[in-house]
Amino acid sequence: MKRVQFERSTVPYFFVAPQIAIIAVFFLWPAAQAIYQSFLLEDAFGLSSQFVWFRNYEDTILNFAWLQSAGFTVVFSAAVTLGSLSIALLLAVKANEVLHGSSSYKTMLMWAYAVAPPVAGLMGNLMFNPFIGDLYTAMNVLGWDFNQKLDAFDAGFVVILISVWKQVSVNFIFFLSGLQGISKGVMEAATLDCRSPTKRFWTITFPLLAPTTFFLMVINITYAFFETFGIIDTTTRGAPGGATNTLVYKVYTDGFLGADLGGSSAQSVILMLMVLALTVFQFRFIERKVHY
Amino acid sequence: MNNSFLHRFSTHGILILGTIFMSAPVWIAFMSSTHSADTLFREGLQYWFGGNFFETYYEVLFVEGGVMKKVTALEMLGNSMILGLGFAIGKVVISMSAAYAIVYFRFRLATPLFWVIFLTLLLPLEVRIVPSYEVVAGLGLLNTHTGLIVPLIASATGTFFFRQYFKSVPEELLEAARLDNAGPMRFLIDVLVPLSKTMIAAIMIIMFVVGWNQYLWPLMMTTEENSYTIVIGIKQIYQVLSEGGELPQFQKAFALTILAVLPPVVVVLVFQSWFVKGLVESEK
Repeated sequence: MKRVQFERSTVPYFFVAPQIAIIAVFFLWPAAQAIYQSFLLEDAFGLSSQFVWFRNYEDTILNFAWLQSAGFTVVFSAAVTLGSLSIALLLAVKANEVLHGSSSYKTMLMWAYAVAPPVAGLMGNLMFNPFIGDLYTAMNVLGWDFNQKLDAFDAGFVVILISVWKQVSVNFIFFLSGLQGISKGVMEAATLDCRSPTKRFWTITFPLLAPTTFFLMVINITYAFFETFGIIDTTTRGAPGGATNTLVYKVYTDGFLGADLGGSSAQSVILMLMVLALTVFQFRFIERKVHY
Repeated sequence: MNNSFLHRFSTHGILILGTIFMSAPVWIAFMSSTHSADTLFREGLQYWFGGNFFETYYEVLFVEGGVMKKVTALEMLGNSMILGLGFAIGKVVISMSAAYAIVYFRFRLATPLFWVIFLTLLLPLEVRIVPSYEVVAGLGLLNTHTGLIVPLIASATGTFFFRQYFKSVPEELLEAARLDNAGPMRFLIDVLVPLSKTMIAAIMIIMFVVGWNQYLWPLMMTTEENSYTIVIGIKQIYQVLSEGGELPQFQKAFALTILAVLPPVVVVLVFQSWFVKGLVESEK
């Protein structure tokens, strides 16, 4: 905070009031509702409900569909994070190396940031369309009996590929800015000491990028959990048989389409705890970063 | 010599492959949108211009389509524009004023209120879908611009960003302003806002893109076709187009996709340097 500040008793409240009001109505109240409803069991008509303690949680966690979805979410997040981070890192390192045309490459590699995930999903869907999609045809010509409507692995592949594509540009921007932040002096000294560019990358550049990489990991996991909703909803919609249901997509289908309030709320609360864990992890890391 | 040539060759090769990977889907979508439904159905995706550009885009933009045949892409673009701009402006105003209070004033509830704002990071929309919908429905805000925009703008990201930025503003400015007897409102409008101009612009650009691209919230909020944003609309219309009994109108689906992508992409490209600066700074 500032050393010099205004000392007024009411003025600051006037400035924070709009944000606090919106948070109270649209964040705190719904979140409290979600927690409260997660302990209730409603009858089929929504007329009466009873307090059932943790039964919704038990039903959620001990449910095959939820476990399947949790398993897919873990595999999906790992694949998306790893895939898009490595592609972006490779491209950023190369874009940082070239002398000519680096700004055109930069533009060409980052503009996809502006494409909405559901739009990316729709485009991917058309590329894999059985009637006109060349990727669909290509896969089958190459001998992969490809069918994302029936085969769980193929459906997962489509969703992961589109999600990776959508996320490369953000990672690229951050990696490139991280690389440009490394001082020229350090790199020159490294070149004198170590002639192999590959070895130089893994022993000098990559460790120096560690803060960026950790930060991006958190961002990417959050993306894979939450923002890929639009991609899944425009491609597989959880099919076949819930094999590509992420946890967030399941909250939506159970709660909003299936009207299972208690179960959906319990799933929401579990997700909140996951976000909490991720945030704590992020902040502990940021504290550590200070010592670099 | 040979070695360095090979190295340069592979560097450019990888970058060109990356560029193709990132651009191909949108290029193919654009090229395919300029062909006729018939060509697409018979020959598949297209990689070069066809002769139906004006026809398809005219029809998509001005002739009413959709599930209920009540909405044009132009109207949906309008709704998206309102959402994008409303979200960007609302977010900047609200978060800037909250950050101003937290950084520049000494008041008793400063710390608890800061934590309340921080809490929103733990509550992304996706984890409170159903109750949020109920709140907005209860307030009678379904299918309204207010109901679409306001619940989205209160999250903490903008506030953190401005808080960080204000902390880096030299203390002397406030001292000088106080010597001149400037009050809090004068100081904010005459000193702080002009000083933060580039930061505000950078945040506005990012928030416009984020707002334009919103999906889950408009999907639940809008049930009437004439309040659809383009991102929601293309999904609904796409289903009709490609699952209807007649010849699937793939070229329209592609044209709608291009129209949905174009405005945010243009904004990002035109304001590229501000955008990158805003993105990298805001995440610190």
